[in-house]
Amino acid sequence: MSVITINRVPPLPMPPCRLLGAYLTEARSECIRYFRMPGFLLPVTLFPTMFYLLFGIVMNHNADANTARYLLASYGVFGVMSPGLFGFGVSLAMERENGLLTLKRAMPMPAGAYLLGKMVMAMLAAGVVMLLLLALSVGLAHVQLGVLQALRFLLTGMLGVLPFCAMGMLVGTLVKGQGAPGVINIIYLPMSFLSGLLVPLSALPSVLQQIAPIWPSAHLQQLALGAVGLGQSPAWPHVLVLLAYSAGFFLLAARRLQRVG
Amino acid sequence: MTQSVAVVASLSGAVKRYGALTALDGLDLMLHRGELLALLGPNGAGKSTAISLLLGLTRADAGKVELFGRDPQDIEARRRIGVMLQSSFLPPTLTVAELLRLTSSYYPAPRTIDESAGMAGIADLLSRRYAALSGGQQRRVQFALALCGRPELLFLDEPTVGMDIDARQKLWAAIRRLTAEGCAVVLTTHYLEEAEALAHRVVVLGKGRVLSEGSVDALRSHVAVTRIRCISELDVNALAQWPDISLAERDGTHIHLHSDAPEKVLRRLLDADPALSELEVRRAGLAEAFTELTRESEIEKEAA
Repeated sequence: MSVITINRVPPLPMPPCRLLGAYLTEARSECIRYFRMPGFLLPVTLFPTMFYLLFGIVMNHNADANTARYLLASYGVFGVMSPGLFGFGVSLAMERENGLLTLKRAMPMPAGAYLLGKMVMAMLAAGVVMLLLLALSVGLAHVQLGVLQALRFLLTGMLGVLPFCAMGMLVGTLVKGQGAPGVINIIYLPMSFLSGLLVPLSALPSVLQQIAPIWPSAHLQQLALGAVGLGQSPAWPHVLVLLAYSAGFFLLAARRLQRVG
Repeated sequence: MTQSVAVVASLSGAVKRYGALTALDGLDLMLHRGELLALLGPNGAGKSTAISLLLGLTRADAGKVELFGRDPQDIEARRRIGVMLQSSFLPPTLTVAELLRLTSSYYPAPRTIDESAGMAGIADLLSRRYAALSGGQQRRVQFALALCGRPELLFLDEPTVGMDIDARQKLWAAIRRLTAEGCAVVLTTHYLEEAEALAHRVVVLGKGRVLSEGSVDALRSHVAVTRIRCISELDVNALAQWPDISLAERDGTHIHLHSDAPEKVLRRLLDADPALSELEVRRAGLAEAFTELTRESEIEKEAA
């Protein structure tokens, strides 16, 4: 065997700025890639927007000011769940099937960059939904909102997407490929209904009213109501519940992702 | 000048089971710096499983797996490798330059985008979206992603599937350049001529174990058969009785002979038929050796 002289520097450590760069590049790529894919993103953002337009505005065109705010907050939560559950869950399920995730796991992608990228994407999509709803509510339903209220509503939506990202992620690790949208719909619509987003909670049977606090969407609804000035209870217990849900789903999903891939 | 050949990755006694199926049955494998190792074997021999272990995608049930002396799941170890998998899906809406920039960002000291693109022959495709490329072009992009991080060890799983001859030759040249720079390469391929053209060492797997290991020549000599083909009127049944002829067949005007002592057979053959024409003598290629080896293991298996 011929001997090859190798002028090789010892393995370079990853400089922290390059590591940060890797996270940013991953998030940027994930966003660019989905925003160039209207077939994926339009349904995810327009479906809840259309629901709000039809059921929140057209069907309630005589609503008083407080009802209109209530509807905005409820459909806002409904709208935020969609990019979280679908954007995260379906894309993860697809990428587990088509081999992209395998390739990324083999490559030295920093831990979590992939998930963080999807999270940023879901937050931006949630922001788009919230802006669309705000525009519709102010323009068509004549909801009166201060600038700060509108900003708080937007922020509630963009952060409120996170527990649903974690939930979508868990589904994405359990179901592969084409099965995911169906499973997510089975979670999305009933959970929205049961937590009083589509029909006020007071109109539901009392048993359903009592179990409503187990749904994360019910807690986010309280926060959204608070954002538009209809808050009845302090925000922090709801924030804590949502944090716990996010952490719980995320840990379960991350564990499964690491073990099964 | 002596230099100890550095081991960059190794499997020792690696066992991996999927339910009742034993994919790897105590596999030992070492990869050395600057060496191109071709991993061959029929489907289900354990090639993909071996690669998955080395990449840290799955864990061995028993045995030891090391990548640069570390656990392959350690990102520090994987920062020194490049990967091109067999069934690679990449985001279709990203451009080639964006894909290269993203993959380069994972490494501490990557090549420039232009350098990677140049080496893989995709400099003219940088602004194109991945989905708009042909299968062969996509393969070259995946190759560029594999080499962009200046890896010391490159995993190439069926790299030239879907490529035309010209593209394949260019990829081979690029692989040779990388190994000359000291990069180790693990190549799995179904094209035996690819292994023949590139490999320093060939490992043939079967049933999760190493069946044979050595240079292409050593492997080829495992099958001592030479093929002789010519136009002749001689009776193949009579030829089959000659010493040193293991097989004699007629195919129209041609006859085919297999022999392990071709010099003797040829001398006698030319004497026996002065009108003999279009003589071809060919040593067994890697393909024959490979078929022979895997068939032997099949027979052993049945006998056991």
